Amino acid sequence: MANVIENAATYDASFVPASVWRLDGVDPRTRLIAAVSFSVLVTAVDSLPTLVAALAVVVVGAGWTGALGQQRWKRLIPVNLLVLMLLGLLPLSGGATPVLSVGPIVVAREGLVQALWIGLKANAIVLGVLVLLARLEMASIGYALGRLGVPEKLTHLLLFTVRYLEVLQREYTRLWSAMKMRGFRPRVDGHTYRSFGYLVGMLLVRSVDRADRIVAAMKCRGFCGRFHPLDHAALTVRDAWFSALVLVVLAGLAALEWA
Amino acid sequence: MHLHEAVLSGSPQGIGVLCLGGVGALAGTALGLRAMDHEQVPRVALVSAVFFVVSLIHIPVGVTSIHLTLSGLVGLLLGWTAFPALLIALLLQAVLVGHGGLLALGINTLAMALPAVAVYYIFQRMSHSGNRSLNFLAGFGAGSAAILGSAFLISAALWVSGESFELVAKAVFSFHLAVAVIEGLVVGSAIVFLRQVCPERLFLATPQGLQDRS
Repeated sequence: MANVIENAATYDASFVPASVWRLDGVDPRTRLIAAVSFSVLVTAVDSLPTLVAALAVVVVGAGWTGALGQQRWKRLIPVNLLVLMLLGLLPLSGGATPVLSVGPIVVAREGLVQALWIGLKANAIVLGVLVLLARLEMASIGYALGRLGVPEKLTHLLLFTVRYLEVLQREYTRLWSAMKMRGFRPRVDGHTYRSFGYLVGMLLVRSVDRADRIVAAMKCRGFCGRFHPLDHAALTVRDAWFSALVLVVLAGLAALEWA
Repeated sequence: MHLHEAVLSGSPQGIGVLCLGGVGALAGTALGLRAMDHEQVPRVALVSAVFFVVSLIHIPVGVTSIHLTLSGLVGLLLGWTAFPALLIALLLQAVLVGHGGLLALGINTLAMALPAVAVYYIFQRMSHSGNRSLNFLAGFGAGSAAILGSAFLISAALWVSGESFELVAKAVFSFHLAVAVIEGLVVGSAIVFLRQVCPERLFLATPQGLQDRS
């Protein structure tokens, strides 16, 4: 868990030469739009060759940008657990061509194919988004969304939430250690669930004071409902090259699918 | 349980579900943002962050373990503002943990936030009463009803997207029947605790009549 939250607020980009992470110089807006366009295109894909090509492109991209490093490969786990569940259940949902039948249970070919298809597609999308957004701080995503026209209140909400993640995680670790120190061991009983309820409550109570203090401090510094991002909003040549590359890839995939 | 666009994209109905989710989440978020003023943003963000952090905690159920969702608690505390709060938390989950996809963000938000807003209207008064057992019941009801509502919407989305998902939809729903009980117990205890320790400050969305009393 600590790892996930650290990733939310990494500010280490300046310590790594930009050339190592080849997408670092590209504006978050460009990357976000590329990620959404890629998701839309792959979602619409209906033929196996296109899907395999898309998967190949993102695998190459992952190797090129190092997107799976620093434990980021773990972000592929949830979607693959979902695929495993589908692999277990879809073949049992009936179909015309049984592969195997044991008593009343019939494993159908259609279900297997459908689950594998979903698995390929899901991995292509998740890996593609990971390649395009890896190493992007959530805060930059927040500012990028703001510049793309997302309402200010919503981007503020995102920025504050990201800011609190680490604080809350520390608070949670502290409370959890205190519980364990007193001999708490999670079991399957009312006491356990009540303790978790109190833990959640305490997490909220402790943090609400902090939230109020932050608002007070911001007002003292003259906050009037606007954040001023320190990075420049100008798009550069890198963005143009990157957009061109993404467009070529997307056009290639679209041509393979529909031409 | 989060939907992914790859699961729903196999049929026109599935694409329809994705679009409907997007429109619904957009409308709900717009309403939620109108209900939230600038000064409340940090507190709402706090609830979003708690939702995210808590979703990474696993608690034991028999031989397996589940993670808490707490959408009922979010609903009780925030009312309509639950929409933007959950949208942000789900975006973080999609980007940082890999739960659900960017295009399925709409349907996932709708499925989680709509029941949360519903339980706000049903259980809000009960959760503000001075009686501890009523508070617990309100929390239990809100926690479990929100989960059941979300499970129902997710299963319905799957079912509409294709007949082959029928079994999956049923499995998802029955799994959440068990989750709902545990979620209810946890949210019930949390509400009792919050009512005792900090009665009004955390409940951001409060019906007019109740606000005067506090």
